[in-house]
Amino acid sequence: MSRAEAVPGSEAVPVEGTAVRKPSPLWTFGLFRSELVTTFRRWRTIALLGVLAAVPILIGIAIKIETSDGSAAGGGGGEGPAFISQITNNGLFLVFTALAATLPFFLPMAIGVIAGDAIAGEANAGTLRYLLVAPAGRTRLLLTKYATTMTFCLVATLVVAASALIVGALLFPLGELTTISGTRISFTDGLGRALLIALVVAASLTGVAALGLFISTLTNSGIAAMATTVGLLITIQILDQIPQLHALQPYFFSHYWLSFADLMRDPVYWDDLFRNLGLQTLYAAVFGSAAWARFTAKDITA
Amino acid sequence: MAPYESDDSTKADEAEDVRAGRRKAARYVVPVAVVGVAAATIGLVPALADSGDPDLPKITAQQLIEKIATSDVQQLSGTVKISTDLGLPNLGGLESGLVSGAAKGDGGSSADPQSKLLELASGTHTLRVAADGPDKGKVSLLDSAAEYSVIHNGDEVWAYDSKSNEAYHATAPKSESQKEKEEVPSTPKDFADEALKSVDDTTSVTVDGTAQVAGRDAYKLLIKPKQSGSTVGAISIAVDAKTGMPLKFTLTPASGGAAVVDAGFTKVDFAKPAASTFDFTPPKGAKVTEGDDLKSEDKAQPKGDEDFAEGLDGLKTLGKGWNSIAVFDTGGQGMPSGSSGNGDVDGFLNSLGDHVTGKFGSGTVFSTRLVNALITDDGKVYAGAVTKDALVKAADAAR
Repeated sequence: MSRAEAVPGSEAVPVEGTAVRKPSPLWTFGLFRSELVTTFRRWRTIALLGVLAAVPILIGIAIKIETSDGSAAGGGGGEGPAFISQITNNGLFLVFTALAATLPFFLPMAIGVIAGDAIAGEANAGTLRYLLVAPAGRTRLLLTKYATTMTFCLVATLVVAASALIVGALLFPLGELTTISGTRISFTDGLGRALLIALVVAASLTGVAALGLFISTLTNSGIAAMATTVGLLITIQILDQIPQLHALQPYFFSHYWLSFADLMRDPVYWDDLFRNLGLQTLYAAVFGSAAWARFTAKDITA
Repeated sequence: MAPYESDDSTKADEAEDVRAGRRKAARYVVPVAVVGVAAATIGLVPALADSGDPDLPKITAQQLIEKIATSDVQQLSGTVKISTDLGLPNLGGLESGLVSGAAKGDGGSSADPQSKLLELASGTHTLRVAADGPDKGKVSLLDSAAEYSVIHNGDEVWAYDSKSNEAYHATAPKSESQKEKEEVPSTPKDFADEALKSVDDTTSVTVDGTAQVAGRDAYKLLIKPKQSGSTVGAISIAVDAKTGMPLKFTLTPASGGAAVVDAGFTKVDFAKPAASTFDFTPPKGAKVTEGDDLKSEDKAQPKGDEDFAEGLDGLKTLGKGWNSIAVFDTGGQGMPSGSSGNGDVDGFLNSLGDHVTGKFGSGTVFSTRLVNALITDDGKVYAGAVTKDALVKAADAAR
């Protein structure tokens, strides 16, 4: 059997006759950096980021064409993603619209792909054994994988926001903006809020990331892990729409996602934002520890 | 857990496997414990935070009512949660269809305050209110990723719908701006004022202990109809002990169950709100509808059931106090069947009604949890916050 046994206490595979070298704390950063480089150099990751960057471009161009004859965006009746009717007056609103449009599906799907691939993908490619041969330890490897996924959350959100800001600045005027409460804030203040919103959106994805990582430790097939994560995501989004389940809905990880729009109120309405962040922390704690329990006790056969 | 394979099935190995298996299973205690702690926190923290009713000096109902009447809160800002459950079927699509149809058909604006009122009639809504003296006020209806605000500053009234980026503007002389306020009963005080209007000898008013509302100590005023036959079970008003400001209003139906109207502050602050709160200039590109353009339309549009009833000619009231029943003659053929020319709506209305007969003839009773209405076949409408039997009795007596 070519199997790295899970021996608690000495998780790095011991070699006969040699003492196990204690990994230095700096090693974690080395591992993290190499994981980051591996993840972000994959064509798959670059393609995902490219698709995400294309969403604001599409929205921007569509609105520019639709409103070129002077009509209001979104049919004027308030349809379409949040904030869409304000884009023609202020390009900064494209950032909010793009995030509102990508948050329900595109962003978590990309996260699901990266998180689902984290462990199962390595197992599938037969490289997980070699990662564990290095004196990193399973817990440390898992943490590194989670940190990499989180970094991807942040990068993906910032890519959407930056792309939207560039497109918005090119196609539409910028300047003072009106909050959804009707008060005015300066453009700098607006930019600050946009950055804060991007951070909140990235934080909203931590729950899915932890869930994906846990699923990834359950299987040796990267595709299965990705499909399950994305499938769960869609299921939860559908369940969140069924009114009869309203008692359960506050506990769905996607329930408070759109609360980031509350940052555009004046004064900011914090209740749902805090609820969202608390819920994401809870999901990260539950599924993170479940992933740890599973991964540190798992037989690594590939 | 994955099946634990064992190549050599010696007894020693099996024992080892079982122990290793237990050790592995033990790790799952961590996520389970996290779930447990979270569940306990969610369940217990509200119970612990509810630190019992505050100790306040005793007060009579009369004193408490005076306290409300003399309450002179000029400046406040806060968050109000309103839940209404009239027992109507979920109107969702139909309601918005009717509203948008009405608004679009008349060339109205989605920022017109009238078109937003129906929204408040069902479900739970979060409102933000701010006021600074009688001339400055703001009410915002918080929606998902959008907000609808009515801002009153001096003699200007603005309404802004961020979803459609439309604004509504009206210049209101002082008297009319007062009216504007009455039309949108949004704060618990508005509801309380309405309720106290009906206090007379048919009503029992008691002080029902104390409570904590929005972190403030409050007295609870309990208003109950003395007569039987009313669908109103009780009205409970929590009054701030310091300022006399009603903080929470709850109307429970006589049939029991969830409150029909539950409006209360979840946060309240009696400090002066920032002056910029009441400043509004329509954003660039926003469609602005002037209020004068809508004047004629305003009158045509029903403003909720009460105003609707008042607006009709030939209105009479039977009974008194809580059991008063509004009667009016539509002069038509009774049921609105066919008259609206909308098959969907008629079918919908018919499915809601109960057919009843009595000395008055026969008719259909439409029930909600609070208001029942009897529409007789000869075109008379009896409506009130009374039970079905009381309606039929009134119709018999009126004959």
